[in-house]
Amino acid sequence: MSDRLMAPVARRIVGVAALLALGALVAVGLFVAPPDAVQGDAQRLMYLHVPAAWLAYLAFGVTALGSALYLWPRTRSAVWDRVAGASAEIGVVFTGLTLLLGSLWGRPVWGVWWAWDARLVTTAVLFFLYLGYLALRRIPAALDVRAKRCAIAALIAFVDVPIVHFSVTWWRTLHQQATVFNPELDAKIQGTMALALWLGVLAFTLLYVYLLDHRYRLEVLDEDREERELEAAIADRVQGGTPSREAVGATS
Amino acid sequence: MPLVVRLRSAVCLLGRFPALAGVDLDVAPGETVLLSGGNGAGKTTLLRMVAGLLPLHQGEGEVLGTDLTRDRRSHRRRIGFVGQETFCYDDLTVRENLRFATRAAGGNTASADAALEGLELGRLADVRHGRLSTGQRRRLALAISFAREPELFLLDEPHAGLDAPGRAYLDAALARASGEGRSVLIASHELELVRPVVTREVVLTNGQAHGAIEDPPSPPPVSPADKALEPTP
Amino acid sequence: MNLFQEAALVAGKDLRIEARARVISQQILPFGLIVLLLFAFALDPDRGVLQRTAPGLFWVTVLLACLLGVSRSFTVEADNGARDGLRLSDLDGSSIFLGKAIALAVELLVFEALLTVGVVVLFDVHLASLLPLALGTVAATVGLAATGTLYGVLAAGIRARETLVPVLLLPVVAPVLLGATRAWEASIDGVPGDAWPWVALLAIFAVLFVGIGMLAFGPLLEES
Repeated sequence: MSDRLMAPVARRIVGVAALLALGALVAVGLFVAPPDAVQGDAQRLMYLHVPAAWLAYLAFGVTALGSALYLWPRTRSAVWDRVAGASAEIGVVFTGLTLLLGSLWGRPVWGVWWAWDARLVTTAVLFFLYLGYLALRRIPAALDVRAKRCAIAALIAFVDVPIVHFSVTWWRTLHQQATVFNPELDAKIQGTMALALWLGVLAFTLLYVYLLDHRYRLEVLDEDREERELEAAIADRVQGGTPSREAVGATS
Repeated sequence: MPLVVRLRSAVCLLGRFPALAGVDLDVAPGETVLLSGGNGAGKTTLLRMVAGLLPLHQGEGEVLGTDLTRDRRSHRRRIGFVGQETFCYDDLTVRENLRFATRAAGGNTASADAALEGLELGRLADVRHGRLSTGQRRRLALAISFAREPELFLLDEPHAGLDAPGRAYLDAALARASGEGRSVLIASHELELVRPVVTREVVLTNGQAHGAIEDPPSPPPVSPADKALEPTP
Repeated sequence: MNLFQEAALVAGKDLRIEARARVISQQILPFGLIVLLLFAFALDPDRGVLQRTAPGLFWVTVLLACLLGVSRSFTVEADNGARDGLRLSDLDGSSIFLGKAIALAVELLVFEALLTVGVVVLFDVHLASLLPLALGTVAATVGLAATGTLYGVLAAGIRARETLVPVLLLPVVAPVLLGATRAWEASIDGVPGDAWPWVALLAIFAVLFVGIGMLAFGPLLEES
């Protein structure tokens, strides 16, 4: 049974690289890149907001992929369930961060804390889809039962996100007002601003991988503990005791 | 002759609780096996596992030729399970429940209505399930399972809540089932009532049982002939 | 029995239970009308707000009623261990799904028909192009019923199921709320051409989730 996603050496390297990239991001994003002509220094939040959004969707994609691999009989393995769950937890943090940063950015630039921009709304729905998934992960059930239900829920949510995105985008373009507010990746961005953005994406991706390994190992430790409790319960039962059903979470 | 049920070192979990912690059990075709044991021993869990409703966590299990570790569904069609709940709908009448259950199992309305008469449920046919007494519900559950004509009956405390005529019917039906070559695995507390009709008894203690056919039986089975020879007090 | 015969058997069973228990007519419909009333208290009825927002209010109410309907659909199976009965039967998971989803859809459509009367009367709404309205409503309802039935079984047997289903279901059906409201708005404002694309979206959603439900319901029922 694999109890980690990468060798300790690799994880340390990733961690250090993430730290360096984050440092470079702060340096370039805060000091080197010029302030935006229209939005001023507030625009620098984009260097965090856009990578965070990228990570939110990446993490969600990994959760969906892990769920699919878990459900597929030939690749079924607890590894994929753990990856899905770990990625979802990190993803919900990044999604929340995206929404928060978007809000902080919007206030000075648009004058409002929130705008019904298509992508913000889709991200908000994504956030709630994640929360539902995390709620489902906490149910008291046997590991494989829980894994199956969570995997199906994750895949349904994954299928739903493009539908949400499409319908919301369509809805908001019919209400032509969002064109003034364009906080998204502008294709015409150049120079140090583009550098800062890519540094952000790099740093956050490294951070994600680092956190994923940590969270994965935590999940493994959790399962080990449950397995040991179960073996103790079986041994206890064989010897004639009847361990309290509530104590070991019997469900019926 | 292939065994109808064959379990070896079976472990079954309820959530994380090991309700069965190592069960060996055989049931041969035509046998009526009594599963006895105190409360919490795991009798209900064992029956549910044999029915395929619960997964086998460890060990081997084979029922009617189906390997339980790979496929828990295929054999259900050939099983009649009477549990502690009736699997019926409170808002539907006896007749409607019987018809639904029978048609859901692949039967037709006619055989359902015939089963009604068999357990003297005729006069209750249009009473809603929610209004039935425990004994009446038990008879309905039995009627549903008999209508399926299964190869293996799994009965969990079937005598509980039955009045004398109901018990008489149940015993006659069990005898007929045995005569037709059907197997019965019956979990019960009412040992005096049940022992006369069983061929073998297996005791379940703390989730374990040694009921393989090669094993020596726990209490020796009491056949009707032996009982007749016993001095009456 | 084939898929449709089995589905018809299950749908018939659910609808017969509903006809006896009358939960829709005696509890869910009054609930819907009360919600409409509360909207009127919350949004001043004198300034035309209710009339303009009626489609949205209608569909939010339908969503809430759908949650109740899903809960009821699976409470019926939780009593007396009926879920075990379904598993022990010969019925295919997809048939059970279709049957329960059809029954829920029928119940929701009856609810919506009566709620529409309520909206027309209480909010002074004038329905114009009825065809896109009706088709959109049917497509939306099928989508809601399918998704609701799917999440109903996903949460079956879990202790916190009453509060879990809303958290899971509502984000997923957000596009249905969006599409159905826009379809209604277009139909009411008399620009039916605008409604058809939304009706198409609703239809796609419905087909997609009926498909997912047919695949996933059986395995999920096994585990509950």
